Amino acid sequence: MIQVQNLTKRYGPRTAIDGLNFEVGRGEIVGFLGPNGAGKSTTMKILTGFMPASEGTATVAGFDVFDSPIDVKRNIGFLPETPPVYTEMSVEDYLRFTTRLHGLEKSKIESAVSTAIEKTVLGDVRKRLIGNLSKGYRQRVGIAQAIAHNPQVLILDEPTVGLDPKQIIEIRKLIKELAGEHTIILSTHILPEVTATCDRVIVINKGRIAAQDTLDRLTTRIQQGRIYSLAVRNLTPDGIAAIRAIPGIKAVSDSASTSESRLTVEILPEAGEVRDRITETVVSHRMGLLEFVAEKLSLEEIFLQLTTEENL
Amino acid sequence: MKNVWTVASRDFKSYFTSPIAYILIAGFLAIMGWMFFFNLSYFNDMQNRAMEMSMSKGMSITDGIIRPLYGNMNVIFLFLVPFITMRLLAEERKNSTIQLLLTAPVTITEIIVGKFLSSFGLVLVMLALTATYPIVLFLFGNPDPGPILLSYLGTALLVGCYLSFGLFFSAMTENQIVAGALTFAFGLFFWLINWAAQSVGSTWGDVLNYLSLINHYNNFSQGVLNSTDIIFYLSFIGLGLFLTHRVLDSFRWR
Repeated sequence: MIQVQNLTKRYGPRTAIDGLNFEVGRGEIVGFLGPNGAGKSTTMKILTGFMPASEGTATVAGFDVFDSPIDVKRNIGFLPETPPVYTEMSVEDYLRFTTRLHGLEKSKIESAVSTAIEKTVLGDVRKRLIGNLSKGYRQRVGIAQAIAHNPQVLILDEPTVGLDPKQIIEIRKLIKELAGEHTIILSTHILPEVTATCDRVIVINKGRIAAQDTLDRLTTRIQQGRIYSLAVRNLTPDGIAAIRAIPGIKAVSDSASTSESRLTVEILPEAGEVRDRITETVVSHRMGLLEFVAEKLSLEEIFLQLTTEENL
Repeated sequence: MKNVWTVASRDFKSYFTSPIAYILIAGFLAIMGWMFFFNLSYFNDMQNRAMEMSMSKGMSITDGIIRPLYGNMNVIFLFLVPFITMRLLAEERKNSTIQLLLTAPVTITEIIVGKFLSSFGLVLVMLALTATYPIVLFLFGNPDPGPILLSYLGTALLVGCYLSFGLFFSAMTENQIVAGALTFAFGLFFWLINWAAQSVGSTWGDVLNYLSLINHYNNFSQGVLNSTDIIFYLSFIGLGLFLTHRVLDSFRWR
């Protein structure tokens, strides 16, 4: 549905995005993840045909964004960071306008508007002026605008920014429901959002793709540099030193409280299986092994790791 | 063309869903009505005096009422146009609705022409409402229809020039007040530009006279339809719209 090849955008001497390559299949939800200024918005602006790239190609729904921007725009629903709503219009009138603007035939407009209102649960406010609606409702109007003309591709730029937690959950649920019918690219710098909604993540940092994979695979890939957490009855300096001496161990840190003491052992990615060596050492030093857990890295940590490590 | 209409009708309606159109129209008609009354009674006075002095012929309705009335209308528009155009693109930029337009399957030209036509539509409504004055004149007198019709045509074209540059200034800034102030300053400048004509020598004087927006209008109000004037106004409007296009297009490169 979306193919991007070697996409590069320079603003004067500054390179905003540098040689991006990715593909998004039909019906997929892909999260675009990166810190502020990573190049997410720039990529989205290029995909929506808003601005041209300096190098490379991008096709959306079979149309090249540079050669036939109008065809691309017809097949895209775009929600910019701030919902592009006219405050003096009612929800209905606004959606009628946006669908007409996207070239829908007159006979189809009413049903398209009703469907969009239904999907975004805006029925109660359909006749109210957008200016009188809360931020959460406006955001939903923005999403309704993006889906109303039934585009193949949805591009949502930070769709949950500035909403309260309840609204965030609602919007995420809505986005999940929209998948399948639409191909969705969603940008965010909030990690739980990706976990909650996306099939696949493209992590982008400093204009380059730092990683792109499914969430599970991304998690396991990071875990190749594993972390184990051990609970022991008594910490002995000898024991800690012995663990540290095992080949393949990157670092050992300890923390003690009244009830139990904890050891956190970081393993180098290239090390093989070291778990039995660790248990043996703990047991032989009579530290009293109570618990041995492989820590699952949250995406937040993955993200931090991905964007702080340069060689990934 | 359909897209132009979509953009134009939304903007036109939005004048009427906000108080803007009503305030502008009410203010405009109040001032125009007062001027019409004033012109009419002054004209009556002059006619009576001419009769007392038993002069065979007084002033014509065209010279006594039509020309001053429509001439004054142009001055009023000079003040009103900034309020009509200042929001057109500045507001879209501020509320980031401009992104909706620029990522929709419409061309920049269609957006600009639509915007221009919406403001022009409001001006036409205002002009149509002033038709009551010539109707009154026709009911009680025998005015020459030519200068009246040409005054309307000339006014529409002249105001079109203000509008197209108003749109241009509105595209340049997110701040409506800045856009409005620039529009007003620009309109006033091109209105008065030939004041310096006499002191800059004959060649430059001709240029300045030619550039003066009001000079071209004078022919219309005298009932003279001149293709030079129409072409001047249309190219002026075209230049304003072209510059607006350049500004909107430059958003894509930022």
